Amino acid sequence: MDYSNFLYMREELPLIAVMVILLLYDLFGSERSLRHFQLVACLLFGAHTVWCLFPHESCEAFGGMYVYRPMLTVIKSILNVGTLLVFMQAHTWLEGDRTRIRRGEFYFLTLSTLLGMYFMMSAGHFLLFFIGLETASIPMAALAAFDKYKRRSAEAGAKYILTAVFASALSLYGISMIYGTTGTLYFDDLAARIDGSPLQIMAFVFFVVGMAFKISLVPFHLWTADVYEGAPTSVTAYLSVISKGSAAFVLMTILLKVFPAIAVEWQWMLYALIVLSITVANLFAIRQKNLKRFLAFSSISQAGYLMLGVISADAQGMTALVYYVLVYMVSNLAAFGVISAVEQRTGKVMMEDYNGLYRTNPKLSVVMMLALFSLAGIPPFAGFFSKFFIFAAAAGQGYYGLVLIALLNTIISLYYYLLVVKAMFINSTDEPIAPFRSDNYTRISLMVCTAGIVLLGVLSVVYERISLFGFGM
Amino acid sequence: MEIKMEYYLVISTIMLFAGIYGFITRRNLLAVLISVELMLNSVDINFVVFNRFLFPGEMEGFFFALFAIGVSAAETAVAIAIIINIYRNIRDIQVRHLDRMKH
Repeated sequence: MDYSNFLYMREELPLIAVMVILLLYDLFGSERSLRHFQLVACLLFGAHTVWCLFPHESCEAFGGMYVYRPMLTVIKSILNVGTLLVFMQAHTWLEGDRTRIRRGEFYFLTLSTLLGMYFMMSAGHFLLFFIGLETASIPMAALAAFDKYKRRSAEAGAKYILTAVFASALSLYGISMIYGTTGTLYFDDLAARIDGSPLQIMAFVFFVVGMAFKISLVPFHLWTADVYEGAPTSVTAYLSVISKGSAAFVLMTILLKVFPAIAVEWQWMLYALIVLSITVANLFAIRQKNLKRFLAFSSISQAGYLMLGVISADAQGMTALVYYVLVYMVSNLAAFGVISAVEQRTGKVMMEDYNGLYRTNPKLSVVMMLALFSLAGIPPFAGFFSKFFIFAAAAGQGYYGLVLIALLNTIISLYYYLLVVKAMFINSTDEPIAPFRSDNYTRISLMVCTAGIVLLGVLSVVYERISLFGFGM
Repeated sequence: MEIKMEYYLVISTIMLFAGIYGFITRRNLLAVLISVELMLNSVDINFVVFNRFLFPGEMEGFFFALFAIGVSAAETAVAIAIIINIYRNIRDIQVRHLDRMKH
């Protein structure tokens, strides 16, 4: 066997190295050296992030099982930066009494899910895709149940693992039918053999249902709110951004690579999913009082917007999708960063607890406001531009009705995002959250997020850089 | 006498839908887990049968089934660990008691 094929995995190998180093360090480090565990973990992973920034030439390894395209470097770098930000925000939580002894596990589990997403995105064969998907979702359940003394966290873990297995069983059933009708599972060979027979369309429906569970599109979103609420806040942030972004990206590559022959069918399917996701999630978000649940529904509707890039199915759609993931990442992580900072100090996550936050913690309130403005798509923040590009991509393919529905929903979403802003800035209360200083890790991560929200939209070079890799798929 | 492929497929389809039915109706977390396992096993049958009858020269379906079995074992292990953790927290694994988070 030719082991040199492993050298093509330029992003995966360093990540595995980081994982192993952190695991050994956590096992064998002395009590004194372990005090710097978090710093070492962030630095190591930061080095890995920098290493992965530079794209190399397209290649295939293991007979087409593993595929590399320059576009993958872009999306992997985005996910790396997001993971690094989550690590920084998790600092205070991991230093707590009950979690300090297990913090090594947190890093190891998180990095395993990231590794699974890498493999899932680089897959050229349904087997590697499936293994990557499971590597991404099994440790995620353990992460959701990480606060094992809290009942909510345990519940979240159970709900996540059972729905995740259910979804992957449905997906697998679809894949098995695709195998039965075509005789191959290589993406490249499949494209020519998919001819739109009824059995293949059924198989495809099963496959997409399984993926829609992972991306949490309506009507497959029922686990989302509970898991987001119950899981530790840093895990929720990771789940809402990294997991969702990678799954949307994979869905797009597979739809484009494997199923172009039945594009008419899947575009109608996606059309219905998008309309339902955006509308239903928006309406449910209005009545949420818990901020984590609120952001869960907001993330479902954002996933609907992400799918607008998928449905346009061309280079512009791909660029808009990746750009949307990037902007959504900084905005959502800023919001979750504020929520987790407040939760760690006071344990409060309800919307009415945020009344009068501006009087006591003005900086946090402003960051939260910018994040929510960006999520709602108010110019000149990055969220406006990402929505603009993704609408432009969908309109370019003639989906004017869909874009109109999405636009109307943007207005609804403005209402509930502003409810939070109103609570922080206008509502008065006798017992506001007392002023506090966040730790430096959270401050840096919030600064990075804020800079992203303000600058990503204005600096047109970002979008242009991504579009250079355009249709690397 | 050779058993035809259709019979295997009927079995696997029944297993899949029995699993879906069980997933929705069972009231005990372990029973829900068993239902999901039923679904995963139906997929394994599919892969092996397709490979054996339709594409006998290749190994792709067999390998997929092997990996699927391995992965589903891992899933079960994690799921049972989480269920045990729930039992430790609330001394019960009935689905209706997992209602701490609503609305």
